[in-house]
Amino acid sequence: MDATDPRVPYLEDFESLGREVFGDDPAWLRDLRRKAIARFQEVGFPTLKTEAWKYTNLTPITRSRFRPAALVAGDGLPPDRLEPVMFGKFEGSELVFVNGRSSRPRIVRGLPEGVRVGSLAQALREEPAAVEPFLARHAGLDGNPFTALNTAFLQDGAFIHVPKGAVVEKPIHLLFVSTAQDEPAVAYPRNLIVVEDGGQVTVTESYAGLDNGVYFTNAVTEAVLGEGAVLDHYKLQRESERAFHVGGLQIVQGRASNASDTSIALGGGLVRNDVNQRFTAEGGELAMNGLYAVTGQQHVDNHTRIEHETPRCTSRELYKGILDGRSRGVFYGNIVVHKGAQKTNAVQTNKNLLLSKEALVDSIPGLQIYANDVKCKHGSSTGQIDEDAVFYLRSRGIDLETARSILTYAFAREVVDLIRVPAMRSTLGVLLLSRLPNSDAVREAL
Amino acid sequence: MALLEVKGLRARVGDREILKGVDLTVNAGEVHAIMGPNGSGKSTLANVLAGRPNYEVLGGTVLYEGKDLLVMKPELRAREGLFLAFQYPVEIPGVGNAYFLKSALNSIRRHRGEEELDAMDFMGLVNEKMKLLGLDESFLGRSLNDGFSGGEKKRNEIFQMAVLEPRLAILDETDSGLDIDALKVVANGVNTMRAKDRAIVVVTHYQRLLNYIVPDFVHVLSNGRIAKSGGRELAVELEKRGYGWVEDEAARAQPAAP
Repeated sequence: MDATDPRVPYLEDFESLGREVFGDDPAWLRDLRRKAIARFQEVGFPTLKTEAWKYTNLTPITRSRFRPAALVAGDGLPPDRLEPVMFGKFEGSELVFVNGRSSRPRIVRGLPEGVRVGSLAQALREEPAAVEPFLARHAGLDGNPFTALNTAFLQDGAFIHVPKGAVVEKPIHLLFVSTAQDEPAVAYPRNLIVVEDGGQVTVTESYAGLDNGVYFTNAVTEAVLGEGAVLDHYKLQRESERAFHVGGLQIVQGRASNASDTSIALGGGLVRNDVNQRFTAEGGELAMNGLYAVTGQQHVDNHTRIEHETPRCTSRELYKGILDGRSRGVFYGNIVVHKGAQKTNAVQTNKNLLLSKEALVDSIPGLQIYANDVKCKHGSSTGQIDEDAVFYLRSRGIDLETARSILTYAFAREVVDLIRVPAMRSTLGVLLLSRLPNSDAVREAL
Repeated sequence: MALLEVKGLRARVGDREILKGVDLTVNAGEVHAIMGPNGSGKSTLANVLAGRPNYEVLGGTVLYEGKDLLVMKPELRAREGLFLAFQYPVEIPGVGNAYFLKSALNSIRRHRGEEELDAMDFMGLVNEKMKLLGLDESFLGRSLNDGFSGGEKKRNEIFQMAVLEPRLAILDETDSGLDIDALKVVANGVNTMRAKDRAIVVVTHYQRLLNYIVPDFVHVLSNGRIAKSGGRELAVELEKRGYGWVEDEAARAQPAAP
């Protein structure tokens, strides 16, 4: 392998971490890491010729040298630095990870007996047997080389285990914070959410950057739902605008389970978000929602896949994008209705609002149907602010700029209102409003 | 001083000149009806007065309370007391009826140097007006015109007018698409707005609405000009005889250019 090959630094770092950090891993984890790095070595980084990546040029990532945060970055922060990115008035449990590793504060409260909410690193250290049956069982190494990298380098994140019938009423917030380092660092947060039969839990993930640093977050979350389990999952991505963020979520649903994911992308310079889901038994329900609001030179690529493998499952997908400046957005959606997945009901919608002439979006909705008794539809629209609506508001005394802001926020609101965690909904509302001109007047009108 | 004084107003939409010299004077306290066949320029006149972009004024003057209306932005016209009830009110999901209206009212009040209303005062005000239009409370929580029936949209326009209390209200085909009961409710709302210091201009194709909102003056717009003006009886005559005779008369009065 040529020394300029972008894989080389990752392979080298894997060797040094293997000696310095991964030495105490259980054998199964060492095996897993080796398989993962071998897989990455084999396939390398995607290029524009790779079908699933053709709208996203990864050169800024592959040309940069990111040192593993585990080797270079600090893992603690004074509380006052965290405050701006924590949820205000939050009633649930909150785990904080700084540069990929568990940090304070760590608030765990209101959990029913037997529910485990904690650091993955700690679980791997203390009870690896509790993690082994689930880790990397669903986020496969074959599909996505970034998932392979994450698996090779994983160190910490959240491990949430909800046993049979346990209902966690208060949400669990996982906050991943990155700080600026002397040299750009990469962190590999890895989360594992297991909801056994009849269990219920709400998990929000936040990714935030402090000091507008250059860094790379490569995060993977696996969520497994047993029969009748309920998971509401949220992600609020507000990385530094110079940061790189590649995130993967894999949801696997058992019989009559109910899952939702709402993925909000506001930050990052170059962002790729993969959300993959599978129905593995009958009667499941899924809501897959997303909102990306970007500006400047930001690039955000959303790649979603819903697999109806079994009959009588319902999925609703709604992704909305707001693109300003010279930003670029991608929505790729693929719903696969497998042979035999009769009575599938699937709706996929992507809507984009372009606020500037230079902004651009590629919307690729898709349905692949191999069953004959299904109800499926998909739709995509991209447009500017409705000038008739602007005039309507102005004709009632609202000035032009405020009218445009009101209509922009109203567009986002359809997704914001789907968020059932009040602290996250209000945080998002504030973040969205703060980007709009005349936000005080907009707030009054909503 | 007239509340509204339109002289020789010419305007186009796209490449087509639609208003070809409209003269119209409206005084406070009066109700005017502007009638005319389809395509005569009625809605264009209403929209030009409200300041809709893409409606290009080619000539003429419009004075509102003695001030040049045509240089004002649409929002300024609204704040100065002009109100257009839309023929096709726009559906805006995600913007709540009540909040939107409070925001509009307060922008007008700020402009007038009046104190802004807080939520309590505002609710007190709107409750009264809602009764007038037969709207129930759930209406306030809904998104602006979103999923409203045709009748609900028109009632919402008149409700907004009742709350914003304009000095000059222009109703653009407010009767179109309304059944007789809805028409009565809307007309009743408008009639309670009649006042000494307010003028109302009703733009309509049909005489029917004028049975309920009785105008002081009726004008027939034909081919971009006011072809005939008269009292209420003119509307009745139009109902009987149609618009053809007015157009013929106008054509005779203005022989084709040599």
